[in-house]
Amino acid sequence: MNEVETPKMSCKELVDVITEYLEDTLPTEDRGRFERHLAGCDGCQAYLDQMRETIRALGHLPPESLSAEAERTLLEAFRGWR
Amino acid sequence: MGEQEASTGGGPDGSTRAANAERLVAALRRGDEDAFRKLVEEHGPFLMRLALMHVPSRAIAEEVVQDTWLAVLNGIDRFEGRSSLRTWIASILLNNARTRGQRERRVLPFSFLRRRAEEGRDEPVVSPDRFQSVHDSYPGHWARPPAEWDSPEERLSTEEARRVLLEAIAKLPIRQREVIALRDISGWSAAETRNALGLSETNQRVLLHRARSKVRAALERHFEADELGR
Repeated sequence: MNEVETPKMSCKELVDVITEYLEDTLPTEDRGRFERHLAGCDGCQAYLDQMRETIRALGHLPPESLSAEAERTLLEAFRGWR
Repeated sequence: MGEQEASTGGGPDGSTRAANAERLVAALRRGDEDAFRKLVEEHGPFLMRLALMHVPSRAIAEEVVQDTWLAVLNGIDRFEGRSSLRTWIASILLNNARTRGQRERRVLPFSFLRRRAEEGRDEPVVSPDRFQSVHDSYPGHWARPPAEWDSPEERLSTEEARRVLLEAIAKLPIRQREVIALRDISGWSAAETRNALGLSETNQRVLLHRARSKVRAALERHFEADELGR
């Protein structure tokens, strides 16, 4: 009965809703299906880990900035504006 | 690192940040150079990152960022604090960068085809042949499951891995590039990203999903090639 109401999540479906899972916007029922699937699937566990590693790596890219010269030009423009 | 910390979104420090922004804006209106320097230092990284998503060279990105700051100064009296300061600055940059990016792209050959590809629906985020088909024993389950990455933290902080990341991002459609730059590279919240880019909640999430999934796939290919070469 319960099986009919909440069909098991496939790997294909899991990768499609993974961002909703990470954003915590997945409806409760689907969150349960997601977690039950994950508990028994090494492939999806690896996929989730890879997704988290990807996000972490993106957050650790070295910061960008203006060149010293461009910044100098900008400050000169500021003095002119003032 | 620096970028992430300088721009932690929302949260309990939100009101402190709003008060700080208010002080900065007041100082800027008085023509306080230190306040301006501080602002440039704090918001420079995400502006440069966002500009680089749109235009083909650092030199042009720098011009876009400089123009943005001048527009910020000229418009500072109009800033009413209804959105956060950086959301407002981001929207000014995006106006500049999108216009500039379009102008630069127009001179490239095949830009029409490229634009069509960007506007069109995307292919699935994970290649369908990674999954079992209806003829297999477990349709929709992995045919070729992803392998666990070996010491990912270390291997993802190399020059080479960073190049792979940036190249993967450069290949994304522009909207996805904007979202991933703000959300994952600069560490903005979903709400602020939506406001800055004028996106619905669903749209923001879909764009983020496609972007992240494709960057992950590029890293997976990089890891697989790396392992073969070991």
